[in-house]
Amino acid sequence: MREFGYQRASDVAGAVALLGADPDARFLGGGTNLVDLMKTGVERPSRLVDVRELPLDRIESTQDGGLRIGATVTNSDLAAHAEVRRRYPALVQAVLAGASGQLRNMATVGGNLLQRTRCGYFGDVTKPCNKRVPGSGCPAIEGDHRNHAILGASRHCVAVHPSDMGVALTAFDAVISYETTEGSGELPLCDFYLPVGDTPHLETALPPGALITGVTLPSAPVAARSRYRKVRERASYAFAIGSIAAALDVRDGVVSDVRLAFGAVASRPWRARAAERALTGARADGESFAAAADAELAAAEPLIHNGYKVTLMRNLVVAVLSELLEEASR
Amino acid sequence: MAPPTSSAITLNINGEKYTLSVDHRTTLLDALRERLDLTGTKKGCDQGQCGACTVLLDGRRAVACLQLAVSAEGREVTTIEGVAEGERLHPVQQAFLDLDGYQCGYCTPGQICSAVAVIEEHAAGWPSAVTGDIRPEAGPPPLTAEEIRERMSGNLCRCGAYVSIVQAVARAAAVEAGAEETGEAVA
Repeated sequence: MREFGYQRASDVAGAVALLGADPDARFLGGGTNLVDLMKTGVERPSRLVDVRELPLDRIESTQDGGLRIGATVTNSDLAAHAEVRRRYPALVQAVLAGASGQLRNMATVGGNLLQRTRCGYFGDVTKPCNKRVPGSGCPAIEGDHRNHAILGASRHCVAVHPSDMGVALTAFDAVISYETTEGSGELPLCDFYLPVGDTPHLETALPPGALITGVTLPSAPVAARSRYRKVRERASYAFAIGSIAAALDVRDGVVSDVRLAFGAVASRPWRARAAERALTGARADGESFAAAADAELAAAEPLIHNGYKVTLMRNLVVAVLSELLEEASR
Repeated sequence: MAPPTSSAITLNINGEKYTLSVDHRTTLLDALRERLDLTGTKKGCDQGQCGACTVLLDGRRAVACLQLAVSAEGREVTTIEGVAEGERLHPVQQAFLDLDGYQCGYCTPGQICSAVAVIEEHAAGWPSAVTGDIRPEAGPPPLTAEEIRERMSGNLCRCGAYVSIVQAVARAAAVEAGAEETGEAVA
């Protein structure tokens, strides 16, 4: 591991000033991803600015009936929070489906959004990787890509974003707040992650040196009837091979509001807008659910070894929406 | 000018203060084992995947291998050496002994620290990924074997002593709740 400087920030302005313009400096939150990547040499920061003690650890109701979640709220505190459990159950289920109790106690909401892909080539500094070393190539396309992207990838990178939390936040139109030395700003989560294209090393639209300060969830009554389902290769403590956050409102047998987002299928949490469009105003039944899934997955470009994800995601859409429909009719 | 790459820090561990100079690269795990002779905390994978190095930070379980020592300054660290009250074992330790919650014992300190926290998290009403009704009004779910397995899934045991571990956690939870049952019924 490269030697590094360490400073602890006590306020937001101080934190962004400490990081300054040094491209080799990093903010340290829970460290569950960054410290691991430093050990393997993927990340080689010159300095760490510890932001875990910043006063950003609150979850508050907003005037419009939404929630504002501070960036240093831990995954555990987010999932235990009464209002989150009432208003956005899929978000709680997504957080609880991720990592382990130990890691959820350490990990923060801001850090979760900035965690890096678990693509094995990205994590192995002896291998080429366009995300880690631009222009070096992508061995996953011809190699081990069983758990790689089927949507929105490019011939430069097929890695997936590993977050569960981010999938639910995407479904509920979360907005990211950040601070730089120039002032504060906001980014809707749907614009937060950049398209892969030929620049897979550029992952977010955050300005250089920006610190995520919080996530705002707008009011979403439909979210009270939502769920998250994660498919993985063992029952617990594993990354998804496919996941879904879904919310459904039905009036007189017709879909009046629906939210769908997919995880582990793209370089970012994938909002399934084509499926939502196909469903809104349609009859709420298995046939519509399957047609909506097909509308979204028509754009899928599976590789040789990950075609199963197309079937998996189609089945997840139908199964989870059917469960929500049944729940609503009880 | 390059920033300093080491710091003098004071760690609060099991109620005692330890002052030492650490290279910033030092994890809490290495500081405990290599610098402070607190070798009860074990190094397994050293990448946050096995739970052998589980300790409590401000009362909450965390993996010491991904926690930088310098960043732990100011927090209360509890290791396996600090779980008992003097000569009196913690109910989780006693249950692991009574029910054989281990084979080789290497993962045991992490299992026990994790279980201590699991019982507190459950009592505080935290849901888990297998909790059916997560609404706060539903209250804590029964601490079934399924709940214990999910909540303890961050602690691997390569001997596969999970059956006894689940029983031990159930019994300790029952003891702490002041209940009469032994816990075997749920495992």
